[in-house]
Amino acid sequence: MTKQVQQLDRVIIRFAGDSGDGMQLTGDRFTQETASFGNDLSTLPNFPAEIRAPAGTLPGVSSFQLHFADHDIMTPGDAPNVLVAMNPAALKANLGDLPRGADLIANTDEFTKRNLSKVGYETNPLEDDSLSEFRVHAVPLTSLTVKALEDFEISKKDAERAKNMFALGLLSWLYNRPTEGTLRFLESKFAKKPEILKSNVAAFQAGWNYGETTEAFSVSYEIKPAVLPPGTYRNITGNLALSYGLIAGSRLSGRPLFLGSYPITPASDILHELSRHKKFGVRTFQAEDEIAGVGAALGAAFGGSLGVTTTSGPGMALKAETIGLGVSVELPLIVVDVQRAGPSTGMPTKTEQADLLQAMFGRNGESPVPVIAPRSPSDCFDAAIEAVRIATKYRTPVVLLSDGYLANGSEPWRLPEVSELPDITVADAAEPNGEDGAFLPFKRDPETLARPWAVPGTAGLEHRIGGIEKSDVDGNISYSPSNHDRMVRLRQAKIDGIANDIEPLEVDDPHDDTKVLVLGWGGTYGSIGAAVRRIRRAGGKVAQAHLRHLNPFPANLGEVLGRYDKVLVPEINLGQLALLLRGRFLVDVIGYNRVRGLPFKAEELAGVIQDVIDSD
Amino acid sequence: MTEPVDGDRGFGGLKLVPRTDAKQTMKDFKSDQEVRWCPGCGDYAILAAFQSFLPELGVPRENIVIVSGIGCSSRFPYYLDTYGFHSIHGRAPAIATGLASSRPDLSVWVITGDGDGLSIGGNHLIHALRRNVNINILLFNNRIYGLTKGQYSPTSEQGMITKSTPMGSLDNPFNPISLALGAEATFVARTIDSDRKHLQSVLRAAADHEGASFIEIYQNCPIFNDDAFEPLKDASVRDDHILRLEHGEPIKFGADGGKGLKPTPYGTPEVVDVATAGEDGLLVHDAHVDDPAYAFALSRLDGPGFPHTPIGVFRSVERPTYDAQMSAQVDEARERQGEGELGALLASGDTWQVG
Ligand code: SF4
Repeated sequence: MTKQVQQLDRVIIRFAGDSGDGMQLTGDRFTQETASFGNDLSTLPNFPAEIRAPAGTLPGVSSFQLHFADHDIMTPGDAPNVLVAMNPAALKANLGDLPRGADLIANTDEFTKRNLSKVGYETNPLEDDSLSEFRVHAVPLTSLTVKALEDFEISKKDAERAKNMFALGLLSWLYNRPTEGTLRFLESKFAKKPEILKSNVAAFQAGWNYGETTEAFSVSYEIKPAVLPPGTYRNITGNLALSYGLIAGSRLSGRPLFLGSYPITPASDILHELSRHKKFGVRTFQAEDEIAGVGAALGAAFGGSLGVTTTSGPGMALKAETIGLGVSVELPLIVVDVQRAGPSTGMPTKTEQADLLQAMFGRNGESPVPVIAPRSPSDCFDAAIEAVRIATKYRTPVVLLSDGYLANGSEPWRLPEVSELPDITVADAAEPNGEDGAFLPFKRDPETLARPWAVPGTAGLEHRIGGIEKSDVDGNISYSPSNHDRMVRLRQAKIDGIANDIEPLEVDDPHDDTKVLVLGWGGTYGSIGAAVRRIRRAGGKVAQAHLRHLNPFPANLGEVLGRYDKVLVPEINLGQLALLLRGRFLVDVIGYNRVRGLPFKAEELAGVIQDVIDSD
Repeated sequence: MTEPVDGDRGFGGLKLVPRTDAKQTMKDFKSDQEVRWCPGCGDYAILAAFQSFLPELGVPRENIVIVSGIGCSSRFPYYLDTYGFHSIHGRAPAIATGLASSRPDLSVWVITGDGDGLSIGGNHLIHALRRNVNINILLFNNRIYGLTKGQYSPTSEQGMITKSTPMGSLDNPFNPISLALGAEATFVARTIDSDRKHLQSVLRAAADHEGASFIEIYQNCPIFNDDAFEPLKDASVRDDHILRLEHGEPIKFGADGGKGLKPTPYGTPEVVDVATAGEDGLLVHDAHVDDPAYAFALSRLDGPGFPHTPIGVFRSVERPTYDAQMSAQVDEARERQGEGELGALLASGDTWQVG
């Protein structure tokens, strides 16, 4: 039978199952298919910190949400139009997010008495009326998969495992996705296990055929490719873009990359990725702890390399003393903090923006460092290059504040032309800079206030650096009161001066006499942007600006804040940027703060913005 | 980052380090900074021995880097006219690891103490040793905290009365040699601040070793723990306490060489009279034994009161260095896959065209 094809402009799908069900892989594959089809998209993986939480329980639920559209979109979407629930726990954990009328595809095989009672269902929700406001598609995914694979020489367990491929096939049919990419992917993944390869392909095709031939699904959907600026695109996560940005930064600055790192969620992927690119001269050092990671990076920076360390909040706490040493000896150092929910261990796989003040102030003494935050997964690439530029030019540690949402979320990325990337080379000091051939390691460049980067191996520039206060210019140990005051101010002035070397803050404000500005930073860019669009579509006026540089602030920030009656600052913390803005500009900004481990929803933010517009 | 001028000028640890033919003297390595240890501190003797040893290496000053942590001994780099990095407490081995593994053309020396290296920085020390990074670690052991004015350290004897232990310390001390051997360090030695000749012979052996060298230097702190090593210094008794380890030589000691060590089937060798045991029954020192258990057994001879304290090279074995292997992986990746190309990297994976 020919089935009806319906046009949609956008869809939000959430795949949810047990940690062991392969939902992240399924979501990822569907995303790649969608990307190569040319839709704009944005993703939100959400998984437990435990590697294998007890099967079938609520804490064990892992999900992957994908928003794709025929136009440009900014967030992974608030509420799914389609939920794929692989078991009762997945249904229960996600049902609350499902809007009326949404499609629900449930794997009936897993809705056994035992599994139902594990999550507190007394009756099977697929069989009572409790789901009547949704379009329920009850599909025995497991048994259909096992049946489709009965001729293969694989264990029942392996056959059951392939159910995620069946689900992927079904969804691929439902949304008319291209399948070549997935087939290619399976071929390379299971190249050494031909039987598993064949069965996964068969499960995938069986899922597709199930959609096409059975009556369970009467309609399939088509979402046209989005109209995006011309270019070559790929889908990219924040951690991957950040890794590429560091490699690019190394190339563009002409400095070999040395990464010292200790594994920590959600930053480890950067260590994994960089360790694969040795042909770029990248050296990766998995240290014995966070402190050794940053220490080795600083040691490499002393030797002239681009020293990088990657971590998350708890690791930042441990690295603090070494970052302070970097401030004191004035060497370049990139510190990547992929923020996660804290304090302490917090929620390792959930996102948060609550390390801003730690990045700013989490060291002893007056210890200023530039802080840079990317705004989207692909922006991690540019933000990393900017961090390298500032660190090497000003000889300072720079904190790059990504977050768990950006790290694991993905979006299409238009590849930059390598030839158009900025040249950020910085020369080593080559000659003595004092009288009679003396070398003065703390004689500063009058413009940048940076000291010379004199690397070992350079004759005539032998010198000693350390964390003890140094005398201005000659760098010898000094306990002089006036010298210390001077050095503290010089280090501060050096960082403050970077404000003149960064882009002014851009404001998106298409209207005249707009009263409200929404100012954000980091990973909330998409949610705020989507909320602002909603307001404007409904005829409201609101301006949006987003900070990439948190320290120093762009030079025009004070002037921008002064232009608006009200400034709303949404943050996934309890008001850290708000505190900085109030302290610096004496502006009574309005905070909107939620710390749930999840990004803001556009609808929620739109409501908050509307309330601010409507107040008074 | 110059190429080595000559790969065969001795000192196995300097294979990739440039060498100079210019004549160097001790003076070339003295910085203009006034040395500020307490009068009589053992650090002076170590500094002088080190400064007068450096010219032997034939390494240009600019290719020598001294990295230290925090403590009295960690002021060391300021007094040497080389590159130097006085870092933070305990972290010097980590910083040196990053430097040495990104710059094989440097001769990197870590200066640490018993507090810096064994207490706050114990973790970095053992990991640098097990990785076998090509660095030389000099641990000045004075068995006390000097810079913070006299608290007990991880090598202080149990029961020691100090500012923080008015009723005696409760900690069982570390034996640094045993610890380094437990971490499977490839070069482990001990020497004494006051014996310049021996100290320099150990430095020489360390520089000749490719990989991490660990040298414990017994160092007197006249202010807070004076005469801690007196039995090893007092000319009238020291020969009864000190066992000089020489590779390939039977281990003998005592004023007239009348005492010796005899191997036992289990662990620690037995002290015997050479006259009774006979020369042939003595243990012949072999620093190249692969099994660290042998050197470990020797290290256990030492104890409170220095009953028998071996000095010299306990162990010196070959194992590929961390930094050389790291460089080899980079070279191998470039050889197999070609030099990295940024455009190709960015476009790896599934891409699509728009427009
Ligand atoms: S306190 Fe002891 S170790 Fe420190 S400088 Fe003085 S004598 Fe030397």
